[in-house]
Amino acid sequence: MMLTVLILLPLLGAVVTAVVPGALARLAGVGFAVATLVAGVVAALQYDAGDGMQLTETHTWIESLGVHYALGVDGLGLLMVLLTVVLVPIVLLAGWNESEEPGNSGAKAFFAWTLALEAMSLAVFTATDVLLFYVVFEATLIPAYFLIGGFGRSGRGRAATKFLIYQLAGGLVMLASVIGLYVVSADAGTPSFLISDLAAIDIDPITQRWLFVGFFIAFAIKAPMFPVHTWLADTTEKATTGTSVLLVCILDKIGTFGMLRFCLGLLPDASQWATPVVVVLALVSIIYGALVAIGQDDVLRLIGLTSLSHFGFIVLGIFVFSSTGGAGAILYMVNHGIATALMFLVAGFLIRRTGTASIREMGGVERTAPVLAGFFLVAGLAACGLPGLSPFVSEMMVIIAAFDHHWLVGSVAVLAIVLAAFYALWMYQRTMTGAGRLGAVEVRDLDRREVGVLAPLLLALVLFGFYPMPLLDVINPVVHDTLAGVGIGQEGGHQ
Amino acid sequence: MTEFVKPSIDYFELWPLLAVFGVACLGVVVEAFVPRRARYTAQVALALVGLVGALVGVVVVARDVTTYDDGAARGVLAVGGTIAVDGPSLFIWGLVLALAIAGVLLFAERHLDGGVSAFAGQAAAVPGTDAETASIAARREHTEVYPLMLFAVFGMMLFPAANDLLTMFVGLEVLSLPLYLLSGLARRRRLLSQEAALKYFLLGAFSSGFFLYGAALLYGFAGSMDFAAINEAVRNDVGSSSLLLIGTGLLSVGLLFKVGAVPFQAWTPDVYQGAPTPVTAFMAAGTKVAAFGAIMRLFYVALGADRWSWQPMLWIIAILSMFVGAALAITQSDIKRLLAYSSVAHTGFILTGVVGLQAADQLAVGEISSLQAVLFYLTTYGFATIGAFAVVGLVRDAGGETTAIDRWAGLGKESPVVAAVFAFFLLAMAGIPLTSGFVGKLAVFSVALAAGAWPVVVAAVLASIIAAFLYIRVIKVMYFDEPVGTGPSVAYPSVLTATTIAVGAAVTLVLGVLPGPVLDLAGVAGEFIR
Repeated sequence: MMLTVLILLPLLGAVVTAVVPGALARLAGVGFAVATLVAGVVAALQYDAGDGMQLTETHTWIESLGVHYALGVDGLGLLMVLLTVVLVPIVLLAGWNESEEPGNSGAKAFFAWTLALEAMSLAVFTATDVLLFYVVFEATLIPAYFLIGGFGRSGRGRAATKFLIYQLAGGLVMLASVIGLYVVSADAGTPSFLISDLAAIDIDPITQRWLFVGFFIAFAIKAPMFPVHTWLADTTEKATTGTSVLLVCILDKIGTFGMLRFCLGLLPDASQWATPVVVVLALVSIIYGALVAIGQDDVLRLIGLTSLSHFGFIVLGIFVFSSTGGAGAILYMVNHGIATALMFLVAGFLIRRTGTASIREMGGVERTAPVLAGFFLVAGLAACGLPGLSPFVSEMMVIIAAFDHHWLVGSVAVLAIVLAAFYALWMYQRTMTGAGRLGAVEVRDLDRREVGVLAPLLLALVLFGFYPMPLLDVINPVVHDTLAGVGIGQEGGHQ
Repeated sequence: MTEFVKPSIDYFELWPLLAVFGVACLGVVVEAFVPRRARYTAQVALALVGLVGALVGVVVVARDVTTYDDGAARGVLAVGGTIAVDGPSLFIWGLVLALAIAGVLLFAERHLDGGVSAFAGQAAAVPGTDAETASIAARREHTEVYPLMLFAVFGMMLFPAANDLLTMFVGLEVLSLPLYLLSGLARRRRLLSQEAALKYFLLGAFSSGFFLYGAALLYGFAGSMDFAAINEAVRNDVGSSSLLLIGTGLLSVGLLFKVGAVPFQAWTPDVYQGAPTPVTAFMAAGTKVAAFGAIMRLFYVALGADRWSWQPMLWIIAILSMFVGAALAITQSDIKRLLAYSSVAHTGFILTGVVGLQAADQLAVGEISSLQAVLFYLTTYGFATIGAFAVVGLVRDAGGETTAIDRWAGLGKESPVVAAVFAFFLLAMAGIPLTSGFVGKLAVFSVALAAGAWPVVVAAVLASIIAAFLYIRVIKVMYFDEPVGTGPSVAYPSVLTATTIAVGAAVTLVLGVLPGPVLDLAGVAGEFIR
C-alpha cells in the first residue's frame, strides 16, 4: 500500500493544484510535494537493505492481456524514488516566481504538471509489471511535453515537439519488444507481464536479441546516448531550468534504470551479446558529449550536453558487468541527479539575472554575486569529479571497472576527466571572473529562498562525497542479484 | 427444380435489425404526413426511440442466445442461413447502435449555426440561386436525414451479419446509398459537399461492381453463395482455384474500398471534408465498424481455410495503408482531411489485427484472439472518431466551421476545455497509454505478432511514430502557437453535442484505464458461427 500512496499523493496534488484558486495553487503544490517527500522517507524506513523486491503489492489489472498492477522496489528503485521525491520540492521552490512571468503558462500549470510528472515517474520506478511500466513510462511524456512547451524561452514549442517525437519513437519501438515478451510468455504457457513471471522463462537467444534491440533503443533515447541524443540540448536550452532538472535528473534515469531492470534482468544473454557495441557507444557518448559541451556558448545547452557524457559513464558501468562497475553506475545515477540539479538551478538563477544565457555576453559575476559564483563553482567541480564531492566516488568506480574490462576502454574513459575539467572550469572562468561584459546590469546575489533551495543539494554532494556507504549498502544487493542473473559471480570478470 | 421452401424467420433474434428497419420506414411516413414544424421533434424522437429500443434488443438477445452446434460459438443462423446472429454480430450491432445514437444527437444539433441544423435548407436548390436564398430565409431544414440515417444503420447491421455473398451485397448497398445522399447535404460550402457526394457515389458504385463480380466468380468456384458451403469447397479443393483467387481479390476490392484501405483510399479525404461534419462523424465511425465486421466474416468464415492466399495480400495492404495514411496526413492543412488520412492509417492498424488470425488450437489459454482484438480496436476507434469530429464542429468563424489547422492556433487559451478534449482524442488516436487507443494498438499488435506477422508489426510501429508526429503537431498548434488574426472561436453546443463529446471522451478514458470488461465482452462474443 505504501507505494500506491506514494504515487497517489502527487497525483492528487496535481488535481488539487489545478482546481484551487490561483493564490493557493503554489502553496498546495509545495504542500503535496513535501507530503510526498515524507511518504518517500517513510517508505525508505520500511525498506530493509536486503535482497529482492520489497513493499510489494500485486493486483490483476487487465486479465485477458495478463497485465497486473504490481509495485515493488529493490535498492535501485528505492534510490530513484528518493531522488525524485527530494528533487521535486526543490524544483517547485526554485520555480516559485519564474512560472508566473509573462509568456509562461502560469504557476498553477507548472506546479500541477510537475506533480503529475512526479506521480508518473514514481510509478515508473516502482512498477514490477512490464506493461504497467510501459504505460507510465509513456504517460510521463505528456506532463513533460506541457512543461517544456509551456514554460521557458521562445522556440520551446518546437523543442517540446522534438522531445516528444523522439521519446514516442523510442517508446513505440519498445512497445514491439513489450508485445514480444507477451507472445513469449503466451507460448510458454500463460500470458503474463509480471517481471517475476517473465524472468522465470528461458527465452531463446535469437528472440532475446530482437527484444533487446527494442528495449535498448528506447532506453538509449531516454538516457540519452549517442547517436540518439540530439533532442537533449534543444530541450534544455529552451525549457526552464526547473523543467530541465525534472527531465535530465529524474526522467532520463529511466533509461539506465530500464537497462538494468529489463535488458540485464530479463535478457541476460542478449545483453552480453550486445556488450561490445554498447560499450563503444558509451565511450563515444562520454567523449563526444564532453567535446561538444566545450564548444557551446549557451550555458543551458552546455549543461545538457555534459549529461550526455555522464550518461555514457553510467551505461559503461552497467555494461562492463562487474560488481564495481554496476555499483558505480547506480551510485552515479544518484550523484548525477544531485550535481546536475545544482548546476541547472544555479545557472537558472544566473540567467534570470543577466537576461542572457550566452557565455560570451557574461563575465565578472563573482564580484557582485559571490555566493552565486560559489555555488556555480562547486557544481562545476562536482561535474569534473573533484575528490571530496560525491560524483568522484562513482566516477572512479566506473573507471576502475572499465580498466578491468579492457585497458583501452578505461583509457578512453579517463580522458573525459580532463575534458570535464576543461568545460566546467572554462565556463566558470568566462562567466564569473574577469571584467563584466554585461554593461549596466548589476548581478544581484542569491536571496534566502534561492540559497535555501540550493543548500540541501550542496550538502548532499559533500556528505556522499565523504561517506557513500549508506548508498552502497542499498546498491550492492541489487548489483549482486543482477549480475547473478547475467551469470557472472560477485568477483566480476567474464566466464 | 427443387421445391421452394419458405425460410423460417427467427423474429426474436432479428428483433434489433427489424426494429431499426421498421422505424426507418416509419420515418418516411412521418416525413410525408406530419406538418413541417413538428417534423424535427418527431423524427429525432422516433430515431432515438428506435435506436435505443434496438440496443436494448441487442442486450436481450445477447443474454438469451443459444449455444450453437458444438458449443464453441453461440448464435443462430436466421432466415434460411442468410443472416448469422452470433457473438461478433451482436457485439458489432451494439457498437453500431451506440455510435448511431451519438450520430443522431449530432444530427439534431441546432445551436451551432444560429438555430438551424448542419444540413442544407433545400438540397434541390442550386447553390447561388434565389431558390437557395429563399430556403435559407425560410429557415428550412431537411428532416429526411433521420430516416436516411436509420436505413444506413440497418445496412451497417446487415452487412457484418450476412452469411452469404448476396445478403452481404444487399447490406453493402443499403449501408452505402443513404450515405452518398447524406454527404451532399451540407448547409455551407455546398459545392464541395455535392462534389464529395458525387465522388463517393461514383467510386462506391464502381467498387460495388467489383464486389458483385467477385461474388459471381466465387459462386462459379463453389456453386453456392453460402459462406459455409464456400468454406467446404475450399477445404475439399473442388472447383478452379483461379476462380477462387480472382473472386477473393475482387471481393476484397469492394470491401477494402469501404474501409478506405490503400490503394482504395482516394475518396476518403474528399468525402470526409465535404460531407456535413455530423455525417462525417457518424460515417467515419459506423462504416468502418460494419465493414470490418463483414471483412472478418468473409475471410474467417468463408475463406478461413485458404488463409495462405489472402493473408499476404492483407499484409501488404495493411502496411501500405499505415504508411500512406500517416505520411499523407502530415501534409494536410485541413483538420477534416487530416482526420480522414489518419483514418486510413487506422484502417491499416485494424488490418494488422485481422492478419493475426490463428486457428483456435494455436492460442494459449487466456491469450487474446484476433477477433477479440479487432472488435476492441473498433470500439476504441469508433468513439474517439465520433468525439473528435464532434469537436471539429464546434470550432467556427463567420463562414461556418474553421477547418484550416493553422486557424486553430491559440485554441488552448481561447477555450481550454475544448482544446483539452480534442488533444485527448488525438492522443488516443496516437495510442498514448491511459487512453483507449493504446490498449487497442496493444491488442492488435499482440495478435499479429503471435501469428508470426512480425514484418507487419514492425511496419506498424514505424507508422505509429509518423502518425504520432501528426497528432502532436495539431496539439502544438492549439497550445503553443500564436493565433493568426482574431483567432478561432468556439460555439457553445447544446446538450446534444455536449453529451456526444462527453460520452466519447469518457469511453476513451475508461477503455484506456480499465479495458478489462470490454475486452472480456469481445472475448465472450466467441467465434463466428458458420
